[in-house]
Amino acid sequence: MTATDAGRRSPDDGDPRPASRLEPAPEPAPERARAPAPAPALDSAPAPEAEAEAEPELRPTPDPAETLAELLRGEGRRVLATVIRVTGDLALAEDAVQDAGISALETWRRLGVPPNPRAWLTLAAKRRVIDLLRREGARPVKEREAITLAVQQTPDDTPPGVVRDDQLRLIFTCCHPALAPETQVALSLRVLCGLSVGEVARALLVPEATMAKRLTRARRKIADAGIRYRIPDAEELPGRLGAVATTVFLLFTEGYASRSAGAPGAGAQVADAPFSAAPGAAAPSADPGFPGTPVAIPDAAPALVAQAAILDVAPAPAAPTAPFAAVEAIRLGRLLVELMPGEPVLEGLLATMLLQHSRLAARFDNAGDIVLLADQDRALWDRGLAAEGIELAASAIRGSSLRPERFAVTAAIAACHALATDAAATDWNAILAWYDVLLALDPSPVVGLNRAAALAERGEPAEALKAVDGLVGLDDYFWFHATRAELLRRLGRDREAGAAAAVAEDLTESAAQRRLLARRYPR
Amino acid sequence: MPSYVALTYTRDVDWSAPEQAAEMAEYLEFGRNAAAVIRGGAALYPTPTATTVRVTGGKGGDVVIGDGPYAETKEALTGFYLLECDSLDEALRHAANLPAAWNGVVEVRPTIPSMT
Repeated sequence: MTATDAGRRSPDDGDPRPASRLEPAPEPAPERARAPAPAPALDSAPAPEAEAEAEPELRPTPDPAETLAELLRGEGRRVLATVIRVTGDLALAEDAVQDAGISALETWRRLGVPPNPRAWLTLAAKRRVIDLLRREGARPVKEREAITLAVQQTPDDTPPGVVRDDQLRLIFTCCHPALAPETQVALSLRVLCGLSVGEVARALLVPEATMAKRLTRARRKIADAGIRYRIPDAEELPGRLGAVATTVFLLFTEGYASRSAGAPGAGAQVADAPFSAAPGAAAPSADPGFPGTPVAIPDAAPALVAQAAILDVAPAPAAPTAPFAAVEAIRLGRLLVELMPGEPVLEGLLATMLLQHSRLAARFDNAGDIVLLADQDRALWDRGLAAEGIELAASAIRGSSLRPERFAVTAAIAACHALATDAAATDWNAILAWYDVLLALDPSPVVGLNRAAALAERGEPAEALKAVDGLVGLDDYFWFHATRAELLRRLGRDREAGAAAAVAEDLTESAAQRRLLARRYPR
Repeated sequence: MPSYVALTYTRDVDWSAPEQAAEMAEYLEFGRNAAAVIRGGAALYPTPTATTVRVTGGKGGDVVIGDGPYAETKEALTGFYLLECDSLDEALRHAANLPAAWNGVVEVRPTIPSMT
């Protein structure tokens, strides 16, 4: 009997824990309000025996808010993955790590940041697990003992390789085919990316209460049906990759397109996620120079604000720093490529993300305004990332030459842009050819929209508008209306362009997108 | 160790009839191959042999016996296995070897531990 086996509940415990504590809707504030102060041991430095010497070394924290944000983004989720593996209980681990984070905030503000924050946090989370188990009451004794033992036997300082594997286990659990695709995506955003339930709900255009229920159901299914935290065997691995790649890419676009900016259509069409879910997804490469095409928006602010709300610290400045979900997605992408080198799906996924990410610094000017692809200072592009992306794209295409992987094709399109020394040198014929391939693989309206944008860039705006007007299902999609506005403007139909821009404006809460529209289509 | 039932939904035929012998042999082969995890199971007579029992008016009320099934469906519950597996993944691997997986569909459900 392992801790994971013990994760099964008996029916007579009334299952009060997942039903109540897992109901994540108002998280986390009410939970915090209800929860007693963290265990005394956690309130000071943890584990006197382990950390006694560490205390004098504590140094004053230059910026607690920054430290905490970093903690929750990175280490917090690494620790979560480890604690989930050890306890075999997603909900228990989430609660414990969240509480540990609160303890860290309180303690570190007072005493400074310990030398090994992750070990501190791991220890705090482990203690919290045992504490929570004690309070629960309803859980069978045998199971409680098994988890307690497993937790006690886990070192605080998890070796990097194990941390890596813990993260991968969690990826494959969140993307298990026994979960519905939309659930996989939601769970990954919540557990891997650390978004709040509200943020996940907005990202996927689902009411928050519905999302809370969906996530609770997902956690229950994982526990009750015995979905294990494990990396799939070699023979099942390839079949599991599609869902993982899709989810990681959604994570990436989540980093770029703020909740407010859109993630359009994701709720309705998660199966098409890579190319219909979010602006960045649709056209990693196809921001060919006007607002009509999905330009990725590095909108780091919402995630940071959300973290700040949890921690009650000042939000970090909304400067165009790398969006953390995107950075996390790239990190996960690298891990996956490392796990399965030469796998075209994963190479294409990583290449697409890297190539898009390489343009980050050029996307906004000093005033925070969007700079369109054609106007971008290409000297600001990260050539290192781009080169890595191009190489991976080529490998992905070579590796799937009989039937190209979708991510290999999106990477190829992105590579076409990266290879152009300036906007005028862009090979639109090649890009259109790749879009034709993409459309054959994924005949979705968003791909059609991006193909039309490329058509306009080749100098055929009238043909492009005809194609755009033939697309269905994009009425609520910001870029659909923004694209129409631009095409109409190019055709000299300024009044209609203004009307389309107005519709687009109503569909976005992104200040940068609104300023772009105002600049381009003055009314 | 968790337990799962693998419910087979297939053509609604009489599995005891000689015409089904070839397919039944496949089930028997599955039974031999998966003997290590099979804790029970049975093939069921076709749905016209089913009888429904309902007590109306709550516990202690009138017992109403009826003739099942309610409707003709293309695929009916025709059998089940009780499997003891370490994880859902393992149960699914076995379920994929059931002839019902390609002649119909197999539904894998976890059982509640203390009720088995």
